[in-house]
Amino acid sequence: MVTLPQQRRILDHPILGRLPDTHECTIVVDGKPLPARPGEPILAALLAAGIKTTHTTDRFSQPRGLFCGIGLCSDCLITVNGQPEIPSCITPVKDGMCIETSRSTR
Amino acid sequence: MKYREAEILVVGGGPAGLSAAIEAADRGAGVLLVDEQEDPGGQLVKQIHKFFGSGRHGAGTRGIDLANQLASKAQKLGVQLLQGMSAVGVFDDSVIFSDRDGSLFRFRASRGIIATGASERAVAFPGWTLPGVITAGAAQTFVNLYRVVVGQKVLVIGSGNVGLVVAYQLLQAGSEVAGIVEMRPEIGGWGVHASKVRRLGVPILTGMSVKEARGRDRVEEVVLCIVDQDGTPSGEERIITVDTVCLAVGLSPRIEFPQWLGCRMGFSVSLGGYVPLHNSVMETGVPGWFVAGDAAGVEEASTGIEEGRLAGIAAATSLGYGKGTTCEEEIREIRESLNELRSGPFGRERKRAKERMELEYETG
Repeated sequence: MVTLPQQRRILDHPILGRLPDTHECTIVVDGKPLPARPGEPILAALLAAGIKTTHTTDRFSQPRGLFCGIGLCSDCLITVNGQPEIPSCITPVKDGMCIETSRSTR
Repeated sequence: MKYREAEILVVGGGPAGLSAAIEAADRGAGVLLVDEQEDPGGQLVKQIHKFFGSGRHGAGTRGIDLANQLASKAQKLGVQLLQGMSAVGVFDDSVIFSDRDGSLFRFRASRGIIATGASERAVAFPGWTLPGVITAGAAQTFVNLYRVVVGQKVLVIGSGNVGLVVAYQLLQAGSEVAGIVEMRPEIGGWGVHASKVRRLGVPILTGMSVKEARGRDRVEEVVLCIVDQDGTPSGEERIITVDTVCLAVGLSPRIEFPQWLGCRMGFSVSLGGYVPLHNSVMETGVPGWFVAGDAAGVEEASTGIEEGRLAGIAAATSLGYGKGTTCEEEIREIRESLNELRSGPFGRERKRAKERMELEYETG
């Protein structure tokens, strides 16, 4: 059991109590290892690490990130294991996943 | 493609869908409920505040607990709950669903209940696509469910109940809330919610609108402008330094499914836009199909539960389940309860809109 070291986790909550400890897994984001909670959406792990951009647009290279949070708007699409256009807000983290944020989704 | 049959198919596992499934299964019908999320409960799973109202409408219960109660009740009654599947089309008498991996499923049923809920609206302004501009629902999902901080300093747009509640929940999670922006001259939501955030020092900026979000690759500041009664900018501006903008500007019924079916639609501003026309027991114009909850007009979880119950009872009764007089009595009681829930200045408007939709259904 390890407590995740990130700054942007809500560890104590007045209603929900303490964030339960969990086994940590590791995903690789743009070549760098990042700890994550197994089963949480990819985007949760990214936001916990302060990463807000999930992809940049094709034509104007504008950054995009979390918007609707329920897999409907396609703003947070990301490349996972070489496969583009994965909705990062609803796709659960798996140990060893290889994530690319900097490139366009196509 | 996998195939399955059921007597009643419920599309959507929020408060309305679960309540419909419970009533139908309780009367002996075989119910299959399909939902797109990982866990049942719809948007209840991110509601950590206690609901208002009377005890019979789940008041005093937190949404997250209500979701678990409804789901376990449905399971005990033999409802088959299928999670992680989205409806992608309707062909003849079959509904096609897709799971997250893209596998397709064909389900057939004698009756169907549409409980697809609502989707959040947005407002567009320069910079609204920047990372850091998110919807209120996204904030609730990531803060309350996944326990990550969505922003250190947040500006909420919209002072309806959703905006007021989400501001309070952001404070509970340790974020700073720089303010709640409301275009109209008065606060949109209930006084009780507004007082709660005001007591904690959050200003509610009425008569203001967001003009622009600025930042290089994420939100760094927001430009607000003062607007008059009609929403016309006065030219006077104010810059607020925040890293997150949270949009709480209303909901619209999710009506793709009833549109596939060919349901006749009606329009109502107070119900959130186009809704499938339905009668007093939630029957749509398409034989065998019922609708309930926010998909039938955006209201509250409590009204969604009652509408779901109506649809569940009506669908089961139409298949010959349940005793006639008992069901009639129950339907009458639920209708009364809905009238109770639709009182007060906000409720009355929706009650009138619902009555108009029913009239359009009958006279169509």
